[in-house]
Amino acid sequence: MSQTSKQYCTFFLNGLFFGVEVLNVQEVLRYQQMTHVPLAPATVQGLINLRGQIVTAIDLRHRLELPARVSGELPMNVVVRSEDGAISLLVDEIGDVVEIEDDVFEAPPETLRGVARDLIKGVYKLKERLLLVLDTERTVNLSGVTALAKEQNN
Amino acid sequence: MAINNEALQQQLINDLLIESFDGLDRFDREMLTLEKGEGQPDTLNIVFRVIHTIKGTAGCIGLGKIESVAHVGESLLSLLRDDKLKLSPPMITALLEYSDALKDMLRCLEKTGHQGDKDYSALLEKLKNLQAGEPLPAEKPAEEQCWGLFEDEPVATAPATPAPAVVEKTIVVDAAARATTSVSDTAIRVDVGQLDKLMNLVGELVLARNQIVQFTGKSTEPTLLNAAQRLNILTTELQESVMKTRMQPIGNIWAKFPRIVRDVSQELGKQIKLVMEGQETELDRTIIEAIKDPLTHIIRNSIDHGVEKPEVRTAANKPAEGLLILRAFHEGGQVNIEIMDDGQGINVARVKQKALEKNLITPDQAAGFSDREVFNLIFLPGFSTAEKVTNVSGRGVGMDVVKTNIEKIGGSVDIFSEAGQGTTLKIKIPLTLAIIPALIVTSGGERFAIPQVNLLELVRLEGEQARKGIELLYGAPVYRLRGHLLPLVYLNRELKLEQSADEKNSGDVQIVVLQADGRQFGMVVNEINDTEEIVVKPLGKQLKGISCFAGATIMGDGKVALILDVLGLAQLAKVISETRDRALTEKPEEQTRADDRQTLLLFNAGENSRLAIPLSMVARLEEFPLKDIERAGDQDVVQYRGQILPLIQISQFLSQAEPAAQQDPMQVVVYSEAGRSVGLVVTKINDIVEETLAIKRDAPRRGIAGSAVIQDKVTDLLDVPGIIRAADPDFYREPKKENP
Repeated sequence: MSQTSKQYCTFFLNGLFFGVEVLNVQEVLRYQQMTHVPLAPATVQGLINLRGQIVTAIDLRHRLELPARVSGELPMNVVVRSEDGAISLLVDEIGDVVEIEDDVFEAPPETLRGVARDLIKGVYKLKERLLLVLDTERTVNLSGVTALAKEQNN
Repeated sequence: MAINNEALQQQLINDLLIESFDGLDRFDREMLTLEKGEGQPDTLNIVFRVIHTIKGTAGCIGLGKIESVAHVGESLLSLLRDDKLKLSPPMITALLEYSDALKDMLRCLEKTGHQGDKDYSALLEKLKNLQAGEPLPAEKPAEEQCWGLFEDEPVATAPATPAPAVVEKTIVVDAAARATTSVSDTAIRVDVGQLDKLMNLVGELVLARNQIVQFTGKSTEPTLLNAAQRLNILTTELQESVMKTRMQPIGNIWAKFPRIVRDVSQELGKQIKLVMEGQETELDRTIIEAIKDPLTHIIRNSIDHGVEKPEVRTAANKPAEGLLILRAFHEGGQVNIEIMDDGQGINVARVKQKALEKNLITPDQAAGFSDREVFNLIFLPGFSTAEKVTNVSGRGVGMDVVKTNIEKIGGSVDIFSEAGQGTTLKIKIPLTLAIIPALIVTSGGERFAIPQVNLLELVRLEGEQARKGIELLYGAPVYRLRGHLLPLVYLNRELKLEQSADEKNSGDVQIVVLQADGRQFGMVVNEINDTEEIVVKPLGKQLKGISCFAGATIMGDGKVALILDVLGLAQLAKVISETRDRALTEKPEEQTRADDRQTLLLFNAGENSRLAIPLSMVARLEEFPLKDIERAGDQDVVQYRGQILPLIQISQFLSQAEPAAQQDPMQVVVYSEAGRSVGLVVTKINDIVEETLAIKRDAPRRGIAGSAVIQDKVTDLLDVPGIIRAADPDFYREPKKENP
């Protein structure tokens, strides 16, 4: 491994190709039974039992303001480590772990709008497609989102 | 002594630290009893030995400075012990200062590994003067020096003074004796981290146990059932034992308070007597740690703001000496701590004024506040009523921090105050945070756990009752619970849950009667499942904003269930409004009533006999289909909660009742005592009433304890023990204890 490359765990979401740094990923799981949390922000899909540890599952489609998953399609869990412990990101499908040279990296284009602008660190220009790199720490931080949900409740 | 082995040296230092901190706390306590003139003949001996041990050990491991400082006090103490000097108040102050100096050095040693380079020569000089019997210049400077102690510029280290010959001799003897008595045979020191790990493992084991028990419930394999039952019992015992190892008496943190009270009251020129009750009350160590600082703050506050100066007290016809009472006791699975003072109480007008000045409330609000609400203003961030900011309180840590810290561990603070009479703070905290008993309920297809501490009772309304029992008060549903209106909250609505068709069609109403912040309310759920021990796990940061959940837990089937925070839920549902003061005014009334009134279960056995038993004797009411009734020996039995429940036909034991026709399902009143249960078969359960019980007739008939008029009809009171004894003479004789 050269010093100018990084490994990414990749996944698909609404046809888009995403990646998070392998070092941030604790594990990848099939669909897990989930407990719905009433009054929670809509981004929180529920709680899963990860070998005795309770892990919050975030619906990444909702977080990234993508269209909702077709009902009946079961999401998979990418469990990432964050400052607040393990958190599961719900994705459509898991891809491979890829190693990418840094020189094909580019900051997100200025035209990227909305929440994606905040959460996408940059883009790797791979031969066949683009890989969007997700900022996990920002993705799991729902402080802005939670406040919003509260306002709606009151 | 040369340092041959670094690890050994460190071990010796650690032992010295632990021993000395304990010892010096004891030293402070004993000095205070001496100050009050309550010292025993042995007290001086005890304090002497504490210092002597520190000096001896410090000398042994080459801590010259600690040794030399310890030495000076020891000399003074030895003269006092031998009655060569009389103990005077300046001496006590100096000796307490001296204890501080030793603690200071030890703390420095703990942190940095060095004895520190602070100068104690002024203190040592003072001790030497006292020893020589020279009067101090004046008492006041000594006081000031005490507080200036830590600001002194470091000068030269005090030279070790040669000890008088008398003392030297005792040291030699004692040091030899010490080496053999330091290790206790029955207690060992365990790293707290190790205990925490053990606790976590037990938590996981409890979950695994729950899963196994649930799984084996479906099985009929006797070996498996046996093993599961043993696993169940053993896990419970293990859990209790591990819990116990983490329990510490609250006295451990209280030990420091006499000293704090003394110092603070002296500084403020007040006289205060501290009374502590219930030191032996035990608490989980995590909780002990968490309440230490809040308690210290409350005590400082009580002395500073609560208790008046002696002249003010005398003018108000109160004893010059103020009283501060600390009381701890267990109640309903919680620990209560009360801090009471007999001071001036909270000045409602001044608190309001202060809150207005600081823009914490609006004038409109202020006018409408009850006294209790005004008291609670004290817990608002940024509030302080002290006229001047003193050294004692008003360090920027207010009562709001106290409240937050206590609530963080699931506790609550209540404040009561009466002008001129004093103030009482009541703190309620859970025994432990890790594993709690909870009731599992279902609503909208989701399971929720309700902590048992909030639970008062369960009410089930069926058929006619379900339709008519719940009345609407301007749209607010209420239920009449024994003559009181119980506001109802629908869990489905509060949590915005979808109701399944099944739940909508169910005619029965399940009410869980809960208590939050001293107020009762009923929560309507779809289904009541069972009680279970649950392991409390925290929720992620993303869900912290939702106040109605206290955490989550993993159920027997591996799924996650949320734990309801009853207080948060009550606030969400607006059950707790701040305008009513019901809890305070209602309690005494309820207490007096409870004395002469009793709750009774009314039922029939046989066609005409109307019977009653106190509800307190009833464990549960059950219905069993006739096909489930089996026979063991000459007795009817039924399988019930993993046990065999013997059934007793009440009508057989009542001389006058006509024999009852067998009903399907059979109505059974379950009675439990000392872990054994028996089912009393009745014909019909009629009602539960609360009545003043006056027994009218005492003519003993078989199975009847007496008669009374209940709801205008003569009703016989069933003699339950008598009937059980007649049916099963062994029931009371050998109480079987499965779960000690």
